[in-house]
Amino acid sequence: TQMTVRDALNSALDEELHRDKDVFILGEEVAQYDGAYKVTRGLLEKHGSARVVDTPITEMGFAGLAVGAAYAGLRPVCEFMTFNFAMQAIDHVVNSAAKQYYMSAGLINVPIVFRGPNGPAAGVAAQHSQCFAAWYGSVPGLKVLSPYSSEDARGLLKAAIRDNDPVVFLENELMYGQSFDVSDEALDKDFVIPIGKAKVEREGTDVTIIAFSKMVGQALQAAEELTNEGINAEVINLRTIRPLDRETIVASVKKTGRLVTVEEGWVTCGIGAEISALMFESDAFDCLDAPVERVSGADVPTPYAKNLEDAAFPKAHNIVSAAKRACYRKV
Amino acid sequence: IEFTTPFETYLCDGPKEYAMTTEDEVMKYFRDMVVLRRMEIVADQLYKKAEIRGFCHLYDGQEAVCTGLEAGSGWQHYLITAYRDHGTQLARGDTVERIMAELFGKRTGSTKGKGGSMHLYHPENRFYGGHGIVGAQTALGTGLAFAAKYRGENVVSITMYGDGAANQGQLAEAMNMAALWKLPVVYVCENNNYGMGTSTARSAADNRYYTRGHYIPGVKVDGMDILAVREATMYAVDHCQQGNGPIILEMNTYRYHGHSMSDPGISYRSRDEVQSIRAKRDPIERAKAWLVEVFNKDPAELKAIEKEVRKSVDEETNRALAADLPNPDELYTQVFSTADLPIRGTEISNGVNWPTPSGLPNV
Repeated sequence: TQMTVRDALNSALDEELHRDKDVFILGEEVAQYDGAYKVTRGLLEKHGSARVVDTPITEMGFAGLAVGAAYAGLRPVCEFMTFNFAMQAIDHVVNSAAKQYYMSAGLINVPIVFRGPNGPAAGVAAQHSQCFAAWYGSVPGLKVLSPYSSEDARGLLKAAIRDNDPVVFLENELMYGQSFDVSDEALDKDFVIPIGKAKVEREGTDVTIIAFSKMVGQALQAAEELTNEGINAEVINLRTIRPLDRETIVASVKKTGRLVTVEEGWVTCGIGAEISALMFESDAFDCLDAPVERVSGADVPTPYAKNLEDAAFPKAHNIVSAAKRACYRKV
Repeated sequence: IEFTTPFETYLCDGPKEYAMTTEDEVMKYFRDMVVLRRMEIVADQLYKKAEIRGFCHLYDGQEAVCTGLEAGSGWQHYLITAYRDHGTQLARGDTVERIMAELFGKRTGSTKGKGGSMHLYHPENRFYGGHGIVGAQTALGTGLAFAAKYRGENVVSITMYGDGAANQGQLAEAMNMAALWKLPVVYVCENNNYGMGTSTARSAADNRYYTRGHYIPGVKVDGMDILAVREATMYAVDHCQQGNGPIILEMNTYRYHGHSMSDPGISYRSRDEVQSIRAKRDPIERAKAWLVEVFNKDPAELKAIEKEVRKSVDEETNRALAADLPNPDELYTQVFSTADLPIRGTEISNGVNWPTPSGLPNV
């Protein structure tokens, strides 16, 4: 079956609302408007205005309200129209949600999902285009997920809603309309993908390419192009940013001896930096045959003009170049 | 007992200007406030002896607020406050020993030494903390009310904040949603006249805090009068339970100590001011006066109670002091409710479930 990422998210939300009456959705334009990006389309009619709640434009307020409702045992799905606006509310994500279980010595857990589009979008300039994976990925107490395919979107969102800890769920606007094959298994109403497990999307022997979200597609495309060079790349879709699936990453690099990381976020203190550190903090160190290559968004605020914006974010050809360098091929 | 300071009201009639009470009730309030005051005095002493670390915000002077809120509501209602939370924790049924142990960072503390003074919780009696970010608890408390309404429970969320936090933008955000959705929130502004060292006159364009949710009714209460606080609380809880949405109670109160232990509390206000509040408005002295003048209690009996409280607080404190520090393993527990997730320590070799390279030299 073919399914868009949008429909995958929508069906996951719908099923979880059916499954558990403590689950509710709140956010800007999630109900009557059907969602700014239509992820929540139709849910108001099915589940009613008590459970699909339009909020005023008040990120800090409704994020805090949602966390308070989670303290009391409800399971809010808090939609940020985009994660750029969640910066207004990051205090509640970090201080009110992530730390509560620890500070209360286990008395209060916070079963909440903060979700919405993350990462660069198209033609919306710097304030509406950036990746927050590394920001949330650095916070103890948070689980951070970022789906690539429709199957990921369904399985990870359902897992996030069922999880008893706060989850930051980073979607990508530019992926919403993309269709993927979805297995029968993934269409089951109890299909969940385990949090903390990466997926090997393509097996290979010569170089490991690690990506998440939209960049998995670019990595897979790069891997195809690399076959022309006689390079057989392994592509890992992280799925979970935190906790990072160190085992899968290390096992792959021990096999290939070469590593390319890919992200749309900035390179400094980024996800690639974390994975690079894993290389010298694990057995992979002994198996590395070349320096790690990091492919990332350019270290600039996102520009508006199409040609500049295109140049600011990784494309398959950047990944191909990096992989060739890692394999000591002429670029 | 008639109140000496009349309520000031906004968009509502307000509570009646007297309270019906009994000797037993006033004795209980008196004793509860004496315990709380004594606990704070001891905390002050032990802070100065370096038994308590970091920030510590004492509640003495404001005892009538948390005691009166409890007297007028009950543990079925949600309660949340900021970092000056020792009083609310005690009022919600925790013990002096556990609170003091938490202040000392001991394993027998309310949260095993993990939260400290600012992060006390007692969710079994619906007290949800204990929040260190000024104003954050106002949105959180509004969420507790959202949950109450969502579940059809006819209870309220008592959401406390100070005059300083009243200027945070998110309070306006929270109040807007609470009024819009008729959420059962009793917003309690504990106005002790100073946000740290900044007086209300220097921080608020309009210091009538009970009117500042301009579409929300409000009552200004003598927060040094336990019975006035009780009656106002009952009035406010009833207002919410009738489905009218939120209400604000501004408690006109005063803290005797500085903002925190690093603040002697006299650079921005005079010793005379503090002394005159103690002399004229002290909540414990007022309760004592009722007991003597209205209920003909023997002052010596009240003195004996104070002495007995002193002894029991000291005993509980000593037990807390004698307790062990948290087990070192506690560093890594309760980061996630899912067990077994890898948690890294200060080195690659000292976390929990954190994979170490097989070739790592064992030094």
